[in-house]
Amino acid sequence: MPLDHETVTRIARLARIRLTQEVQEKTLPGLNSILGFVEQLSSINTEGVEPMVSASATTLRLREDRVDDGHCRDAVLANAPESFAGFFVVPKVVE
Amino acid sequence: MAIYEGRTGDWGIVVGLEVHAQITSASKLFSGSSAAFGAEANTQVSMVDSAMPGMLPVCNAYCIEQALRTGLALGAQINLRSVFARKNYFYADLPQGYQISQYDQPIVGEGAIEVDLPDGSTKTIRIERLHVEQDAGKSLHDQHPTKTYIDLNRSGVALMEIVSKPDIRSPEEAAAYVKKLRTILRYVGTCDGNMEEGSMRCDINVSVRRPDAEFGTRCEIKNVNSVRHVFQVIEFEARRQIALIEDGGEVVQETRLWDTKKGETRAMRSKENAHDYRYFPDPDLPPLMLSEGFVENIRKSLPELPDAKKQRFMADYGLSAYDATILISEQARADFYEELAKGRDFKLCANWFITELLGALNKSGKDIGDSPISADQLGDLVDLMSNDTISGRIAKDVFALMLETGKTAGVIVEEKGLRQVTDTGALEAVIDEVMAQQADKVAEYRSGKDKLFGFFVGQVMKASGGKANPGMLNDLLKKKLAP
Repeated sequence: MPLDHETVTRIARLARIRLTQEVQEKTLPGLNSILGFVEQLSSINTEGVEPMVSASATTLRLREDRVDDGHCRDAVLANAPESFAGFFVVPKVVE
Repeated sequence: MAIYEGRTGDWGIVVGLEVHAQITSASKLFSGSSAAFGAEANTQVSMVDSAMPGMLPVCNAYCIEQALRTGLALGAQINLRSVFARKNYFYADLPQGYQISQYDQPIVGEGAIEVDLPDGSTKTIRIERLHVEQDAGKSLHDQHPTKTYIDLNRSGVALMEIVSKPDIRSPEEAAAYVKKLRTILRYVGTCDGNMEEGSMRCDINVSVRRPDAEFGTRCEIKNVNSVRHVFQVIEFEARRQIALIEDGGEVVQETRLWDTKKGETRAMRSKENAHDYRYFPDPDLPPLMLSEGFVENIRKSLPELPDAKKQRFMADYGLSAYDATILISEQARADFYEELAKGRDFKLCANWFITELLGALNKSGKDIGDSPISADQLGDLVDLMSNDTISGRIAKDVFALMLETGKTAGVIVEEKGLRQVTDTGALEAVIDEVMAQQADKVAEYRSGKDKLFGFFVGQVMKASGGKANPGMLNDLLKKKLAP
């Protein structure tokens, strides 16, 4: 099922990507062509096949419950556009 | 089941709860940062928690054990294979842009708990699932007029989300459910249940309907953080929805917030952010596989659970369901009681523990852990009553002095000379004295005014300074007064 402009706008907003009208015009056929390519998979019968979660056959590795990280506030805040008194500072987001 | 009277007739409510409980662990779910509460901002944050590019999550084995322990305590189905998924949404305190959670394959499936209602009855509330997920950071909106401050210390801390079936039919049942869940979590040590510090929060789904009709459209109220607020939210939301429908309106499915100051719920402003989480399995985390043996070992390590303890207290100590429920609500209370009751009168111990000690602690906002009186010390007081050294009435005074001075019951009784008068001669002397003073009343009594007996009991008790043994007093007085 090909995408329409409305869906592209919604996906862009969810991904926090600003699309100009011009870029969006080009994006729509691009996305549809990718989806069309992937769509070929639907022609395969997957009846009774478990959905694959991971490409590797490994299972989850676990670690011990030990505190051995953190305490690196300066490094964590180093790339923040703004910080104050050890906090990240962002434009007000009030709900 | 609660009935709400509307303008157009009766309404019932249907409620389901999603409780987010912080897993008790030293480090976070996918990183080695500390999960402790109250540290200075952003000091417990690693490159993983701040979602720096290229960092990979490694799962904390103990958090998984804790989730299993909880699932087993809820009598729930354990899924030996579960999958972590990304729940995508954009918010300033979620640096990854997604929360690692579990979606269609949670670690724990269906279970049930018995909740204890105020009238002494119980009700089964079924559990839909329990899954493990990350907490987000904390946003402070009130520090600056145009800015929000973000602390990521909580980012990545392990949570269990416990989802109930929509089995709850009144605010009382919801409150009882949260309390019971908290009790169970504390028993098994998987969450401290401290709602003030945010280690337990809940989202409440509420809908209204005509009694026994189909479920109505529900609203979800986010982030409610006390039992009292759970109660208030449901009351408010039920009334709001009923009024809305009766005025010809329609409930729309939406997420609402609870305004603690105004005591009302309101719709979240950002409607355009209507949930579109685009869940998908997290490619960084292969499926979690557990062995039967591992789960069995955890099952064997579980302590006696609250319901089993309640049954045992009723059977072994002959306590009422009401008393047993109070005693088992905290492990420390149950332990205190068992210590106290050893070799003593079970019911007398329960009464003194619940009415006097818990009553006094409650008044000063403390719990049993802060009790200035130990089980042994309270036991000494109970012994003094049981062996007739003091009466129950005097014991209350002694108890008050124990709380006040920290002295033991024995010392207080000796110091204040509170021993019951059990010496027949001494008691007879007091009775004689009272009878001499009240000669006319004695005459009235002897001429048939039986009701005056109580008056004499009071007078003699008073004259003895409250120390007369009540049983002896009655017997002696009856003999003396007899014509």
